[in-house]
Amino acid sequence: MCLAIPGRIIAIDSQNTHLATVDVVGVRRKVDLGLLQDAPPVPGDWVLIHVGFAMSKISEADAADQMQTLTMLGEAAAAMEEVRGYGLESDIQDYPPQRWQQ
Amino acid sequence: MKFVDEFRAPELIAKAGEEIRKLADPHRHYRIMEVCGGHTHAIYRFGLKDLLPHNVELIHGPGCPVCVLPMGRIDDGLSLAAQPDFIFAAFGDMMRVPGTHGSPLEYKARGRDVRIVYSPADALKLARNNPEKHVMFFAIGFETTAPSTALTLVRAKVEGLNNFSVFCNHVTIIPAIRAILDSPDMRLDGFVGPGHVSTVIGCRPYDWIAKDEGKPVVVSGFEPLDILQSIVMLLRQLRNGEAKVENQYKRVVPWEGNRAALRAMAEVFELRPYFEWRGLGFISQSALRIRESYGNWDAEQRFTVPGIRVTDPKAAQCGEVLKGVLKPAQCKLFGRECTPEQPVGALMVSSEGSCAAYYNYEHRKPITIANATTH
Repeated sequence: MCLAIPGRIIAIDSQNTHLATVDVVGVRRKVDLGLLQDAPPVPGDWVLIHVGFAMSKISEADAADQMQTLTMLGEAAAAMEEVRGYGLESDIQDYPPQRWQQ
Repeated sequence: MKFVDEFRAPELIAKAGEEIRKLADPHRHYRIMEVCGGHTHAIYRFGLKDLLPHNVELIHGPGCPVCVLPMGRIDDGLSLAAQPDFIFAAFGDMMRVPGTHGSPLEYKARGRDVRIVYSPADALKLARNNPEKHVMFFAIGFETTAPSTALTLVRAKVEGLNNFSVFCNHVTIIPAIRAILDSPDMRLDGFVGPGHVSTVIGCRPYDWIAKDEGKPVVVSGFEPLDILQSIVMLLRQLRNGEAKVENQYKRVVPWEGNRAALRAMAEVFELRPYFEWRGLGFISQSALRIRESYGNWDAEQRFTVPGIRVTDPKAAQCGEVLKGVLKPAQCKLFGRECTPEQPVGALMVSSEGSCAAYYNYEHRKPITIANATTH
């Protein structure tokens, strides 16, 4: 629950602009951007996600570090399970898993 | 030595270890509390204790939301789930936490509608998809998760979604630290401050710990190097006779925190006059409740909650472990009656609980940095 999962913003939802599609190592899900409304992220930005909400903007290098941290902590699988779980039975297709680029 | 290959900058880790040994005065015994359960997990997983000299002791703090929740609150939440057409939704971490008559998972096995969600937004989605049922989200967590619950309630109100409510157990970290500092059997020299809570609240709320209590605080990241660097920063302050708040986790934690998140919390929540914490007892102004303006979405305002109070199983010493007075293995039940497979106390359930972390990594002793780097 306290996992901070790094993801890249792919697209902002045109109807609900507080929602964005993020990509976490190839898994794409909708997350809520409402907690970053003071400096809204744009497609291409990296964010840290907690329980389906983007909590902070980070750099690409820090995103890679964070994924590495999750792997080291043995939490990468739990993090991916969490991301896959967002949106309940999601209709969004998963992309083939990619290796995290260092 | 696969484990070791995964560590970045092992030479920096070794250096930080050396620095700690240099800074620690051999005539002094240092007691440093890591407040956050995520840090506790990392410390055990990486065997960081083995890199520290014997007179630098790490004390595990109360920062595990599942662990500090008293059993009565779980019973209260589950008692509501007995209503017809009712969905009880909670994070996966909650599912195996024992209540008096079983965990949420056991209630599910008995036919109650209990669902795991990964986000409060998904509990709201459940309500949208099941208009004939009531969905109650059993919310737990410190300031890391509270803003997400707050924003979910804002969205529920805007949508006018009436079949949704939150059973709010959100707690705040500062009063818990105060309670620990006030506790007579506790002597601490400094704090490794929580990383992700601080992304929301920033570093200023810790000022009083430095100014009034004279104890240094270093907000820390979660990698081995982060934690060791934070200990270096704490020891440096202690050597210089200083007490200030420092931020080791600048790459993620802004000094001012996340204002939008704090606004969302202020919009929806207010402080409870007091709240019971497992192990710490009642602490005034230590938890959040839902404001009356959101009363329609507050399970406690909407339904009759029994207000159950349960004392923890006598033999289990969760309270002493939570306060840092006892180490996990000093509890009489540890590793025998109470294991991660058959937990008696909540500290054995969550991976952030110090008992589970100790059981998984210390009890079973995997490869650690300390014994691996010597190869």
